[in-house]
Amino acid sequence: MNLDTLIFIISAVVAVFGGTMMIAQRNPVLSVMYLILSLVAQAVLYVQLGALFLGAILIIVYSGAILVLFLFVIMLLNLRGTEDLGHGSQPISRFTKFVLSILFVFELIAVVKTGFIRSESPIGMMTTVAEDFGSVKAVATLLFTKYVYPFELAGILLLAAIVGAVVMTRDSQRGDSLRIGSAPDSQAPDIEQETGGEQ
Amino acid sequence: MSDYLFLIPLFPLIGFITNGLLIGRLPKPVISFVGCSTVFLSFALSVMVFFELKAMPAGLRVIEQVLFTWIPSGSFHVNIGLLLDPLSAVMILVVSGVGFLIHVYSVGYMHNDPGYGRYFTYLNLFTFAMLTLVLADNFLLMFVGWEGVGLCSYLLIGFWFEKKSASDAGKKAFIVNRIGDFGFLLGMFLVFWTVGSLDFLTVSEKAPEVFTYGGALITTTCILLFVGAVGKSAQIPLYVWLPDAMEGPTPVSALIHAATMVTAGVYMVARTNALFILTPDALLVVAIIGVVTAFFAATIGLAQNDIKRVLAYSTVSQLGYMFLACGVASFAAGIFHLMTHAFFKALLFLGAGSVIHAMSDEQDMRNMGGLKKYLPITFSTMFIATLAIAGIPPLSGFFSKDEILWKSFSSDFGHPLFWILGFVTAGLTAFYMFRLVFMTFYGKERMDDKTRTHIHESPKTMTIPLIILAVFSVIGGFVGIPHIFGVTNQFEHWLEPVMATSAGAAESHVLAAGGGDTGMEWTLMLLSVVLVAVSIYFAHLLYKKRTELATSLRERFSGLHRTLLNKYYVDEFYGAVVVRPVVYLSLFLWKVFDVVVIDGFLNGLASRYHEVSEFLRFGQTGRVRTYATVFIFGVVLVVAYMLMD
Amino acid sequence: MITLSAYVIVAIVLFGIGTIGVLISRNLIILFMSVELMLNAANLTLIAFSRAMNVLDGHVFVFLVLTIAAAEAAVGLAMVITLFRNRETINIDRYDLLKW
Repeated sequence: MNLDTLIFIISAVVAVFGGTMMIAQRNPVLSVMYLILSLVAQAVLYVQLGALFLGAILIIVYSGAILVLFLFVIMLLNLRGTEDLGHGSQPISRFTKFVLSILFVFELIAVVKTGFIRSESPIGMMTTVAEDFGSVKAVATLLFTKYVYPFELAGILLLAAIVGAVVMTRDSQRGDSLRIGSAPDSQAPDIEQETGGEQ
Repeated sequence: MSDYLFLIPLFPLIGFITNGLLIGRLPKPVISFVGCSTVFLSFALSVMVFFELKAMPAGLRVIEQVLFTWIPSGSFHVNIGLLLDPLSAVMILVVSGVGFLIHVYSVGYMHNDPGYGRYFTYLNLFTFAMLTLVLADNFLLMFVGWEGVGLCSYLLIGFWFEKKSASDAGKKAFIVNRIGDFGFLLGMFLVFWTVGSLDFLTVSEKAPEVFTYGGALITTTCILLFVGAVGKSAQIPLYVWLPDAMEGPTPVSALIHAATMVTAGVYMVARTNALFILTPDALLVVAIIGVVTAFFAATIGLAQNDIKRVLAYSTVSQLGYMFLACGVASFAAGIFHLMTHAFFKALLFLGAGSVIHAMSDEQDMRNMGGLKKYLPITFSTMFIATLAIAGIPPLSGFFSKDEILWKSFSSDFGHPLFWILGFVTAGLTAFYMFRLVFMTFYGKERMDDKTRTHIHESPKTMTIPLIILAVFSVIGGFVGIPHIFGVTNQFEHWLEPVMATSAGAAESHVLAAGGGDTGMEWTLMLLSVVLVAVSIYFAHLLYKKRTELATSLRERFSGLHRTLLNKYYVDEFYGAVVVRPVVYLSLFLWKVFDVVVIDGFLNGLASRYHEVSEFLRFGQTGRVRTYATVFIFGVVLVVAYMLMD
Repeated sequence: MITLSAYVIVAIVLFGIGTIGVLISRNLIILFMSVELMLNAANLTLIAFSRAMNVLDGHVFVFLVLTIAAAEAAVGLAMVITLFRNRETINIDRYDLLKW
């Protein structure tokens, strides 16, 4: 049991614990907190695997931005975990679903164990690897050369997501929420009248 | 210059696109300018390439310009390519030249029409399609032009579509043409199947090797192609659409239904002369159909009262002459008559349009008369055209018609019977044409006073094309003076490279017959001139001098007259024999087969699905998590299956 | 020593937890977060394999997955807001308009 193994075991346990607690909460705010915990633990695993850049990204972007967005929405909708979510009858019982998922996990583990992965050499912090493996420079070089088209497409995807989010959350009952101020509205009919008069 | 061959059809296309996209947005002068100038540019270019072609040595007068490959599909390979040879050079000159004059004429004729822009759009599209047709270097591209002119014909016949008769006439033309096109397509398939190419030059070259002379295959091919020509060129039995096509504006009748489009069939037969020359049987069919149509239509023309319908039947009759020429394997004579006919028939139609214009849209000749002093230019030009079509020497119609009559008598494929029918038809032609002239321009003024006060000579845009066409009607024949006048037949000589096989055969025959037949030719020529003169005299007698004689004659032969007036009841016959059975069959298919069998089967199938779905839909809970669970269940099964391997 | 399979098994367990969350949670937001957890489990395997094979391409994929997750979160949360505005609930079972 060296330090490497210790770090792995602690982070793995924390990640699994965070995930489990996340789905067990009634209060969504707490759920988010546990998910952040799980993600931080996963970030440690990333770093242990040499993915320094992505580990940082996971904490900054994922925990720092995406999950904060979740929190923001939860606060906006004023959800406190006290809503009555009801206990209506389900076509498939909770127990069945649980068993099914466990079965799924064991099946996957069985796949791994039955020779799906051939290499059993140790990986982790103590193994040697290229010096700049997973550094910002190395990932960026790959991103802007070999994978430049997927990268640009991802940018377009983000743009589309922004537009989509704006369009969906616009309050259609109150008219065009993008328009700020009432000045253009009051001017528009005047222009029409002027052109009408000229004809 | 010949590198710019593709510009010839392209200019009208540009005009079509410009006018077509901006319908209703352009002022009339701009529309007229675009419409006419694009066709004029085509004409100017045609003249230039014509002279370039003329400067080349006779045997090498072929310019082929392949623009790009259209359909590369295995062994089936079609280019968009243009072919300029003496034959298509003549055609593009006629199409763009006469077309341009008619465009100019239309400026005056259509100036009050609300569909002015639409009219010029269609007219430009027509010119484009017609030029594509004549310049195409393969059957398929020709077919594109062929269908294009058919479409424009349909659109322009039904130009005043608010009138039911006009839209019906348009449909009739379109449907009857379809029958012919069917034959053309089948013929085209046969050509490709046997020769393996649709290229005109390749087909002409390989045809003698591929086909046996007079074999069943070549005969079938040619007759199928001829069926297409019959539909387009309004021959028996598919001529019925052309008289109805007179519902369109008169310049359209002049351009499409007299000068250019209807001659496409003749052009096609001449273009494929290398095939037709191999099969005497098909040639015989062509000649018989041609001469019978010529005679048949001329007799109907005798009794018609609508000025445009007389001209329409005259067109059918003259087209019959052209096919007679093709049928006796003197294609050059057919094309020669095509050209002269384009001049004088376009002139006649335009003149008729001028008369109709002056008469406030009156078309019935019984309500005309005495127009000579009101419309001097129209009268004199139309009179020239009438002389030309009647075959008075030395006007253009005399040379071309006489050439055909002589060839039908003397050619290898000719027969005295052909000559007799053609000869009688020539007399009939002179009679009904002079009947038209006398009824319209001479005699009592039978119109009402309101119309009379409005009679006026047409504007310059209309009269100038008339004058130009009149000049060509007079001198157009001089290019093809037959050799008995001591000169070589320039026109035949010009077309000789294209008609290599046919002209060669005809010439050898003439040479073999030697000078002995010269006397015969003179005799026949003199006979026809005398007949024409006699016919004119009778027309003069009946319709100018002693009109009561015409009335009594009409009463005496009232049965015959009624039959002629009703066009031999052919439309009624087709209605009973073809249209009604089709209608009944369609009704049966609709009410019984479609509604009961097909709909019944589909409705039964649909209601079975409905029943099954009624049961299955309870699987759709609408709950996302249930769906996800079922999905995971499926994944578990798949992974389990993979693990078991 | 830690082998590749150890990492992969951790990822599988996290993925399984995400699955259970999706199947069992009634709360729309928690369901949504479970999906995010599943995405991250997939990321972990990518990084582990990338390390084992000593190539960086896996990192690029993770980067793209993160982008997609961000886009998905933006659109998804916009949908949650719109849904909540219309039905005043985040109980997933109440959104069953597509049932029979």
